[in-house]
Amino acid sequence: MLRRRLNRLCGGDEKRVDSRTIYVGHRQCPPTEAFIPPKFCDNRIVSSKYTVWNFLPKNLFEQFRRIANFYFLIIFLVQVIVDTPTSPVTSGLPLFFVITVTAIKQGYEDWLRHKADKEVNKYPVMVLENGRRVPKESEKIKVGDVVEVKEDETFPCDLILLQSSRDDDTCFVTTASLDGESNHKTHYTVPDTDKDLESLSATIECEQPQPDLYKFNGRMHIYKSDQEPFVRSLGPENLLLKGATLKNTEKICGVAVYTGMETKMALNYQGKSQKRSAVEKSINGFLLVYLCILISKALVCTALKYWWQSKEGQDEPWYNHKTQKERDTNRFLKMFTDFLSFMVLFNFIIPVSMYVTVEMQKFLGSFFITWDKDFFDPEIQEGALVNTSDLNEELGQVEYVFTDKTGTLTQNNMEFISCCIDGFQYKNHDSCSELDGFCVTDGPVSKLQQKAGREKEELFLRALCLCHTVQVKEPGPDEQTEVDGLDHPLTQPQEQRGFIASSPDEVALVKGAMKYGFTFLGLESRTMKIKNRQNDIESYELLHVLNFDPVRRRMSVIVRNKKGETLLFCKGADSSIFPRVKQEEVECIRTHVERNATDGYRTLCVAYKQLSAEEFAETEAQLQEARLALQDRDEKLTAVYNLVETDMSLIGATAVEDRLQEEAAETMEALQGAGMKVWVLTGDKMETAKSTCYACRLFQRGTELLELTVRTLEDGRCGREERLHELLLDYHKKAVQDAPPVKPGVTRGWATANQEYGFIIDGATLSLVLNPTDASASRYKNLFLQICQNCCAVLCCRMAPLQKAQIVKMVKNSKGSPITLSIGDGANDVSMILEAHVGIGIKGKEGRQAVRNSDYAIPKVKHLKKLLLAHGHLYYVRIAHLVQYFFYKNLCFILPQFLYQFFCGYSQQPLYDAAYLTMYNICFTSMPILAFSLLEQHICIEVLMDNAALYREIAKNAMLRWWPFLSWTIQGVFQGLMFFFGVRFLFSNPALQDNGQVFGNWSYGTIVFTVLVFTVTLKLALDTRHWTWINHFVIWGSLAFYVFFSFFWGGIIWPFLKQQRLYFVFANMLSSVSAWLVIILLILLSLLPDILLLIFRKPKSHARQLSEDSLFHADRRLLRSHRYPTST
Amino acid sequence: MMASSYNAKEEDGHHSGAVGPGGAGVIKSKKPDNTAFKQQRLPAWQPILTAGTVLPAFFVIGLIFIPIGIGLFVTSNNIKEFEIDYTGVEESSPCYVCSFNYTWNNTTPCQCSIPFSLDQPFESNVFMYYGLSNFYQNHRRYVKSRDDSQLNGDKSSLLNPSKECEPYRSSQGSPIAPCGAIANSLFNDTLELFYNFPNGTSIPIPLVKKGIAWWTDKHVKFRNPGGNNNNLTATFAGTAKPVNWRKPVFELDPSDPDNNGFVNEDFIVWMRTAALPTFRKLYRIIQKKKDNMMPTLPRGNYTLNVTYNYPVRSFEGRKRMILSTISWMGGKNPFLGIAYITVGSVCFFLGVVLLFIHHKYGSRNNNADIPN
Repeated sequence: MLRRRLNRLCGGDEKRVDSRTIYVGHRQCPPTEAFIPPKFCDNRIVSSKYTVWNFLPKNLFEQFRRIANFYFLIIFLVQVIVDTPTSPVTSGLPLFFVITVTAIKQGYEDWLRHKADKEVNKYPVMVLENGRRVPKESEKIKVGDVVEVKEDETFPCDLILLQSSRDDDTCFVTTASLDGESNHKTHYTVPDTDKDLESLSATIECEQPQPDLYKFNGRMHIYKSDQEPFVRSLGPENLLLKGATLKNTEKICGVAVYTGMETKMALNYQGKSQKRSAVEKSINGFLLVYLCILISKALVCTALKYWWQSKEGQDEPWYNHKTQKERDTNRFLKMFTDFLSFMVLFNFIIPVSMYVTVEMQKFLGSFFITWDKDFFDPEIQEGALVNTSDLNEELGQVEYVFTDKTGTLTQNNMEFISCCIDGFQYKNHDSCSELDGFCVTDGPVSKLQQKAGREKEELFLRALCLCHTVQVKEPGPDEQTEVDGLDHPLTQPQEQRGFIASSPDEVALVKGAMKYGFTFLGLESRTMKIKNRQNDIESYELLHVLNFDPVRRRMSVIVRNKKGETLLFCKGADSSIFPRVKQEEVECIRTHVERNATDGYRTLCVAYKQLSAEEFAETEAQLQEARLALQDRDEKLTAVYNLVETDMSLIGATAVEDRLQEEAAETMEALQGAGMKVWVLTGDKMETAKSTCYACRLFQRGTELLELTVRTLEDGRCGREERLHELLLDYHKKAVQDAPPVKPGVTRGWATANQEYGFIIDGATLSLVLNPTDASASRYKNLFLQICQNCCAVLCCRMAPLQKAQIVKMVKNSKGSPITLSIGDGANDVSMILEAHVGIGIKGKEGRQAVRNSDYAIPKVKHLKKLLLAHGHLYYVRIAHLVQYFFYKNLCFILPQFLYQFFCGYSQQPLYDAAYLTMYNICFTSMPILAFSLLEQHICIEVLMDNAALYREIAKNAMLRWWPFLSWTIQGVFQGLMFFFGVRFLFSNPALQDNGQVFGNWSYGTIVFTVLVFTVTLKLALDTRHWTWINHFVIWGSLAFYVFFSFFWGGIIWPFLKQQRLYFVFANMLSSVSAWLVIILLILLSLLPDILLLIFRKPKSHARQLSEDSLFHADRRLLRSHRYPTST
Repeated sequence: MMASSYNAKEEDGHHSGAVGPGGAGVIKSKKPDNTAFKQQRLPAWQPILTAGTVLPAFFVIGLIFIPIGIGLFVTSNNIKEFEIDYTGVEESSPCYVCSFNYTWNNTTPCQCSIPFSLDQPFESNVFMYYGLSNFYQNHRRYVKSRDDSQLNGDKSSLLNPSKECEPYRSSQGSPIAPCGAIANSLFNDTLELFYNFPNGTSIPIPLVKKGIAWWTDKHVKFRNPGGNNNNLTATFAGTAKPVNWRKPVFELDPSDPDNNGFVNEDFIVWMRTAALPTFRKLYRIIQKKKDNMMPTLPRGNYTLNVTYNYPVRSFEGRKRMILSTISWMGGKNPFLGIAYITVGSVCFFLGVVLLFIHHKYGSRNNNADIPN
């Protein structure tokens, strides 16, 4: 972090200019100009935080910045400075342990980073220097160096491609490690550069480093000795990113433009914002309570001490004189140090080890998610991924689920379903998609019913074949038929080929065209070849691709056919195409488009336009100009695009089916059953999204839909704002005021008496609601929120990525601050994934950005069910129990110590030996709770999965609210009282051995401590519902360890101890029958309320229903195993 | 590989992205292992506590605890204990003069004798305790004021006691042995017991002073410096006696070298600090007569002779002499017996209540017993 900031500071002077100038090969050009080598950072990657020298101070500083660690440090220092009852070791040792473990962990992680850095930095590369190839280490690359990269090597820094070994001046690159897209991307050399790099004299002017992987603007000035320097524009297609790998190309040469920490990759891997879980807030609340208890205990004891001392003869009896120093101390100073001493004596009530245990629990617990084989998807050969373990328990607290539609609810696996040409619907009759969702064509080439003119048909199919950015995957020797969607029989089986594209829609369309007889053969040196129905090869020269972007929602190509005609094909969303075509053509197609959209298909409209030579020349000039612009290039390009894409004629529309993800509907139903509100946020059309919602059973037949879209707003005659206001009030009345208050616990589906509402809003209206022109902003927002909260499902369509985040933020900050979860798979979901409490990425087809920015990543949406209902539920219960238990066990640990003060003249005499004080939380009672918090399944996973309603029982932080906290505290107090007074009554006659010998104060403490350790451990045993061998081992093991340790500790005169307080105390205690009897009695008595609670609580709750369900479940499992005998 | 190396978060968050099996960029198949542990399917015993399962336990506990409690109660009741306060607060008390005239530096010890009578004979071994009240042996300043390595015979600690012993660390320049407040305030009353025959003659009752301290304390924890050197006077040369003692440590029991110096049992007993401000400590044992069937202490009149050295009135303390027999459970203490009977009865009662509930509502709930 600091280093990066420093780097930025170093680069400060160049920061002021918006661009940097790079001298290719460090050759000054033109040679006459004075050459000042600009300074750039070197190609060293530094991801590590520490060096050997600053590790200790920096790490310690960072650790003590945490409030808890700092508190314990203070306690430790107080113990060192002030004369306190317990030795500094008792709190110093645990603190030291915690600090050391954390430091080791962080040091190890940093060492890994160092190693990775070193591997990257020392990677050998070839640099061309004065015509020679010089091997260098990667970190020595400077900006301006010409670097040679061979096939399958990764690029050591961001390079501008100058030369490729391929004939067509391209190279192929895969960016799998950057964004997960495994397709080969084509990059182009800078046009018109010399083949001879040695004599190339050029400068590159490009923008300052920025993290966007897909944006790059630059200009290359090429100087030739005999002519004027000329300029070529550089775009992302010329830039090879560090981290990407060269494929299918023997070697390339490129000039380094961004190095080291300024590469796009390094800029992208910066830290994410830290999310904190709600449980941590509860912990802090409880801590505060315990801090108050601690301080009040110390205050009470201090006050009582001075009251007691004021009585005659008590303060300083003849047998117990103070030292001279004590007498001389100022009375108030003494009071203060007494207060501090009591604080130190009771400080164990706030346990250091809780933080360690919670951290360990989270860290280790998160492995169960990655290990879960149910999350393994055979298709992508990956399981779940945990990016942060801080939020495990938050998975059990989700109230709002915001889900993306495409790729999340739907598979993003497109299938061409039908098309509409010139107003006639063409449908593949033989496809039986209803049954298994897979299209099977029976004939080699499906004949289209001859409805539209043949010309039109072929034009449409050509448009489909030409208007795209699909690549043909050259079938290598090893990858023959691995491409999906190609397993059905084709006319020419020898031409089985795969298509790769960034958007699956395009692949579906190209495949659709192939089904109807037009096969796209590929793009070779800017010539597109297609095979038409007559098996003739047609070739088109590709002149321009007007790229797709989500704002324009369309793309175009400009091609020239053999006859020399220049054609523009455009395809895009209906809303973006219709305004740009002749209006008379629209109407007949619009109905088809809308019907298809209602059926849940994704529709695209196709249009074309013939460009005259003048038009084309003009367009080309404009494009060229825009492409050379260094600033606002995108805006300029868009403007040109918009200019060209007008007055087109509409040819037809396509309908592509995006099938639902497996079990998406069941998952959504389960989430709703678990009391979560599901909101669908999509950029898609309303009709498509609505049908998906119906298919996912988010909306049901009886659901009344409240629509708030541009269409409903324009129905009325008055202005949009008034109409919006009117509608909001109307819906509010319907959904909020008239509806009976929603009772928690009433599962949807059984509560049929209530009318259910679904809410639909679109992006334009949403921005109207959120940012209205007049001052009633918050009112609209509130109304909107209230309506949404009373609806069973909300659909927000036509959302921009930022609006998704806005919605999440709005709900997150609403009353009661509900826990939100966002799930999505694409780059457009990143903002909402980052915004929500828990962000989940789907390892889908739209690259890796969502996964990289998520907290958890799962392969399919169906895995969400188990992640939340089983893992989340269990994690929450575990950590809640862990926290409560920790506070409880330390309360009943310290309470006897507090009570003892009343019997020892408030002298801060500890009841327990220092070893016990230190070891209690570290050794004797830590392992069972850790094992419990990792393994406990109070309800087994299958039952949790089958009964979504169980999730409601822990909603709203149910186990960490004040009431359960109070009950645990009362238990702790009760047990503490039992321990102390039970032994107190026993010690009314300290002659407890059968030889008449008496026990002293350390025996007293040891008996109390023994009862304490056993009770606390057995209480956990009582709470354990799931006894694996690990639980057995750890619970009985730690009890055995306590006994063993006590023998050992008391069995030797320890030379390093000042006082041998416990020498044979434990053994003598065990030789006394009375001690045995009192220990047994007190353990039983302390646990009695617990046992009773357990018994009486059970029948009230779901125990019965549960076991019935589990019986059903067993049956069902049996059935299932019959059905799929081979599934494992 | 490169991607994964930057997965680590900037803060001290976990590195599970690269550490866990799901770390990005690993080429090998990432199918999780299908082990019971990793799938959270370890075979597990899942007990469900219900009225039905706990019911027998309550009865069993009740049935075990009540007899134990009765046994304890009876045992405790059978223990004979006699207690006499000889502080001398009341003017009628024989020790009033001694306690009233007490000064630290009077050279002649003050004697007083208290007659008492035992209504019942004390069988078997009788243990003689002294008890102190309102004496805070568990005060922190007091508890820590000792040097265990000095008491363990460490030569260097003998001459240079621990700082914890302040202000009882040195007297007139020479180190105190044994140092510290506990040792300094050693209980130094001498108690003697006489049996008064009805004919007026009285015989002293033999008091055994061995076996009153823990064996390990006497033999391991406490040792005289110089080991078995009989010449304790020379060993302790250069040390001073505790300020409140009348005689140095090597004269605690001149008659028995094994009971002298630091290993003196009275001293060891005193050094084991009591848990509560009212406590008793074992003083002497009256052993059962071996030859005849006579009780150890027959019914009759006795006299307690006290050499009154220990002042307690300054802090409103009390001194007692206790005679007690001992059973397998130790001294007389009705608490355990009562507690056991109570808990046993409560458990039994709960068992009955639960049985009633179970019987009444059980038919509706019987599914609850089926563990899932």
